Amino acid sequence: MKSHGEKLKQSIHPSGKAVAVALFCLGSFLGHALAQDGGELRFCLHSEPKTFDPLKVDDDASGAIRYLTGGVLVRVNRQTQELEPGLAMSWKVSKDGRQISFRLRSGVSFSDGTPFSAEDVAYTIQQLMDPALHSSTGDSFRSGAGNVETKVISPTQISIRFPAPVAGLDRLFDYVAILSERSPKREMAVLGPFMVSDYKPGSTILLKRNPYYWKTDEQGRKLPYLDSIRLDIQPNRDVEMLRFKRGELDLINSLDTEYFDKLAVTSPQLVHDAGASLDSEQLWFNEVARSPIPGYKKNWFRSAIFRRAISEAINRDDLSRVVFHGHAQPAVGPFSPANKIWFNSKLKPQSYNPDEALKELQADGFRMENGALKDKDGNEVVFSIITNAGNKYRERMAVLIQDDLQKIGIHVNVVTLDFPSLIERMTQSFDYEAIILGLTNVDLDPNGEMNVWLSSSENHQWNPQQKAPETTWEAEIDRLMRAQASSSDLKKRKEAFDRVQEIVVEQEPFIFLINKNALSAVSAAVHGAAPVILLPQTFWNAEWLTVSEK
Amino acid sequence: MRSLRWKIAGHALALLATVLLGGLFSATLVRLAPGFDVDERELDPHLNATSVQALHDARHQDESVLRFYFSYMKRAAHGDLGTSLALGQPVRTLLRDRAPLTLRLLAVGLGLAWMLTLTLALSAAWLRLSVYDTLTTVVSGTFLCLPAAVLALLSVLWNVPGSLAIALIVFPHTYRYARNLLVKAYSRPHIITARAKGLGEARILFWHVVPVVTPQLLAVAGVSVSLAVGAAIPVEALCGLAGIGQLAWQAALARDLSLLVNITILVTLVTLLANSGADVIGHVIRGQEA
Amino acid sequence: MSFWRKLACVVLALVLGASLAANWLAPAGYARQYRDATNAPPSRTHWLGTDEIGRDRFARVLYGTRISLLLAPAAALLSTLMAALIGGLAGYLGGIWARMAMAVTDLFMSLPWLFLLITARALMPLNVSPLVSVFVTFLLLGLLGWTAAARVLCTTAGSLRASDFVRQARAAGLPGRRLFWVHVVPNLKPVLYAQFWISIPVFILSEANLGILGLGVAEPMPSWGSLLRELEGLVSLGEEPWKFVPLILLVVVVTSFQFLLSRQEELAA
Repeated sequence: MKSHGEKLKQSIHPSGKAVAVALFCLGSFLGHALAQDGGELRFCLHSEPKTFDPLKVDDDASGAIRYLTGGVLVRVNRQTQELEPGLAMSWKVSKDGRQISFRLRSGVSFSDGTPFSAEDVAYTIQQLMDPALHSSTGDSFRSGAGNVETKVISPTQISIRFPAPVAGLDRLFDYVAILSERSPKREMAVLGPFMVSDYKPGSTILLKRNPYYWKTDEQGRKLPYLDSIRLDIQPNRDVEMLRFKRGELDLINSLDTEYFDKLAVTSPQLVHDAGASLDSEQLWFNEVARSPIPGYKKNWFRSAIFRRAISEAINRDDLSRVVFHGHAQPAVGPFSPANKIWFNSKLKPQSYNPDEALKELQADGFRMENGALKDKDGNEVVFSIITNAGNKYRERMAVLIQDDLQKIGIHVNVVTLDFPSLIERMTQSFDYEAIILGLTNVDLDPNGEMNVWLSSSENHQWNPQQKAPETTWEAEIDRLMRAQASSSDLKKRKEAFDRVQEIVVEQEPFIFLINKNALSAVSAAVHGAAPVILLPQTFWNAEWLTVSEK
Repeated sequence: MRSLRWKIAGHALALLATVLLGGLFSATLVRLAPGFDVDERELDPHLNATSVQALHDARHQDESVLRFYFSYMKRAAHGDLGTSLALGQPVRTLLRDRAPLTLRLLAVGLGLAWMLTLTLALSAAWLRLSVYDTLTTVVSGTFLCLPAAVLALLSVLWNVPGSLAIALIVFPHTYRYARNLLVKAYSRPHIITARAKGLGEARILFWHVVPVVTPQLLAVAGVSVSLAVGAAIPVEALCGLAGIGQLAWQAALARDLSLLVNITILVTLVTLLANSGADVIGHVIRGQEA
Repeated sequence: MSFWRKLACVVLALVLGASLAANWLAPAGYARQYRDATNAPPSRTHWLGTDEIGRDRFARVLYGTRISLLLAPAAALLSTLMAALIGGLAGYLGGIWARMAMAVTDLFMSLPWLFLLITARALMPLNVSPLVSVFVTFLLLGLLGWTAAARVLCTTAGSLRASDFVRQARAAGLPGRRLFWVHVVPNLKPVLYAQFWISIPVFILSEANLGILGLGVAEPMPSWGSLLRELEGLVSLGEEPWKFVPLILLVVVVTSFQFLLSRQEELAA
């Protein structure tokens, strides 16, 4: 039985065959060219990228470049938050959470033509787990002492064994861009949809389509559709907005609320509010015993009653409405409701009740005298809130909180500091009383915040590096976090972390204020964009985007 | 001739000593300012204790100011200006790549500023019309009251070069000095006499006024270089120009000691050369006048 | 007195008077937040509208004028006197003194004083009163802002030292101190007035920029500098022209100062 193709071949005259072949080639070429003629996407990075080495990424700008150029084994779909195959067609995590095996795609090459194989994965892991690297990507995998073993079973099969269980092991590989072991271009040889073509320090980075990118669309056309991406380095949001309005930029991530509202009036189709993001803004008090602040203030700050009263006296609805123009939601706890898997839905936002807050403080020995609140020893309740200068949302929140607390007789001084000075007070001298800062959550998994919740950690902001937990509730949090980190049972992990969230809401070491919405702007010339809450928000599906002629 | 050579050598040595002192003071200021010992990356919750300690250790390499500065000078003598902590690149490369843009920006900006200054100041002094003087005062006062960041943003908004923003930042300063010096020069008794005797205005201006005020105007010119260098920081940062001003701001935020010391030395050198040049030319003109 | 100088006096008196009478003139305190009327345009209740957190802008302009109008000229005076002392004296003495003073001045001009200001903030307690914070800010500005004028004064004083009338006075036996104060300093006035006039708006703007270091006026107290920072949201200013009022006020005040000073400049000339 002849195939349709064979019948077709026999029925065509030889000269006709030549014409047909020529036409086919021409059509295929044109189709290829048209499909891939996706234009140039332009947007801004808000700082200079510190590195092009994907293993050393620890800033947003470098992270954006890694996302666009790096080939990963598995990819978290930013829209569905589900894990999808990347360079690995399939994977399996062992029951004890210590081993992961990948089956890799074959016939894939790096951007300089060097073939990709399991050896490259092994090489990448070895580089990543080098103790001298000190990168956040590598440290995420370090669950215990000991070496990581990689076993190359075949050119398309590899297994990696860790010394201790790693919670959420498979999802962590979303951040691991594979390096070539053999390419002379080192980290500049990439497996992602784009590759760095030109870099003008302080000015622009040009990414061009990777001709060897492995992915195709359903019609078999090679991705990405875009020819190139131009990234301009521009820290100033006002200038970024000006350029977007002039048509010089195609996307804005993390759009300012004022600009969102203005654009929404003139060009509503260009702006997107993807809802509550994973980010949170919080206030916390200095609970470090060895801090140089007066002892009576330490007593206030270390009292859960005091912290809860402050939390109750803050009008979060106004913070959301006034500071963020409604593009934020009162925060409930450590995780945003946008984190569908891990958010404890039983938790409710703290209600605003200054009268109740004052009653609680009075029951704890505080009293009002001539409009000023005083503690039981007669000390007037006055403290300072510091935050980083230049972040207008935090500055405004601080002023609103200052006004809210004035209503219950508490005098607050708002001090804005440059970021290094603020970090120095927060992590070294502990010479501060209260701080407003935010947490940018890139991970859905709570294991990414292990160093925030463990009392012995550096990032246990309100009282870091405790030799032993100083309170029973911190000891309980330590136990629960370690339990969830060492388990591969999602249900058990969720239960443990739910309880952590409940304790945090009860004790308020962080007074969670709001979860900002993920706001963005996308030019009408861009097709295929579907902004989401997970970073990189607007260009998470860059390989599918096209930009029409302007 | 020999004494002239010794004089020049002496001046050059004094210049070098001042520049090196500038570097040392700059290093001291940066080192002692709070926030030097910390790194923003410490706040990354993914980093473990060992990595955070490694970040601390990297900063503490520059713990002693004197030790840092002497080792810096030793390396600088071989052309190694150190590596930027913030950008991870050799300082020499960074400065070499960015200096031409900043120099161009400053040269054009200062040129425009002085064109505007001399045009308005000379005409104000020459015409001595109160309406004109009022107008120029209001115009220069308006630009003086506009924040540099706003002028930089306006240049982006109107798509004009950043050098125009620099010119508009510098011009109000130089205009007022220049205008006052010229008015004073015009009020000298011999000028009044010359006018009374019917000497032409052009002759009065170029033969009797300009030589008198030139040394002071040159001093103002020297100072305007320093003003322009300061203005370059917000202009480059906002206009997205990859020059030394932008680099200086990044370095200040990151407490990047190597970069800051080198930039200070560069700025001190430029300031000294500009002001010394102005002084020398001023001396020559005063000598000729005498 | 000319018409413009009279007008300048009246304007300055009005502005100062209005700022001192802010308690009565302002519709509300500068810190009162009308949270349901944020970024509101001008209306009968809020003559200049409200800011981004609902505070009456007119009230904030009035109260902010007090701080800026009183402290900025004081700081300008301090920097002018320092410039006169260092630059004028060095130029008059000449020789090695002038060279050393100018080397120090050039060095001073080039150093990154940002870090000194950061250190100054670190040395101050966090709970310092806003008034102390702003006083320290303007004091520092005055102490750091003398260099440009010192350079020009040194050159001018140097020229005067070599001038005929000074030589004659010296030959006649006039003591150095008298020569300096009676004959040299008056001739430095054009530069001194220019320095004073320029410094006022420069210090007002610098005070706002120092907010990034925790210095300057602390919230919720307003200052002209902090009000002028609203202009940085340029993209929307075309639709909100009332935000230019602090700038117009500053220009009017600075110009009025100049008209008052111009009489002194004429006398000095």
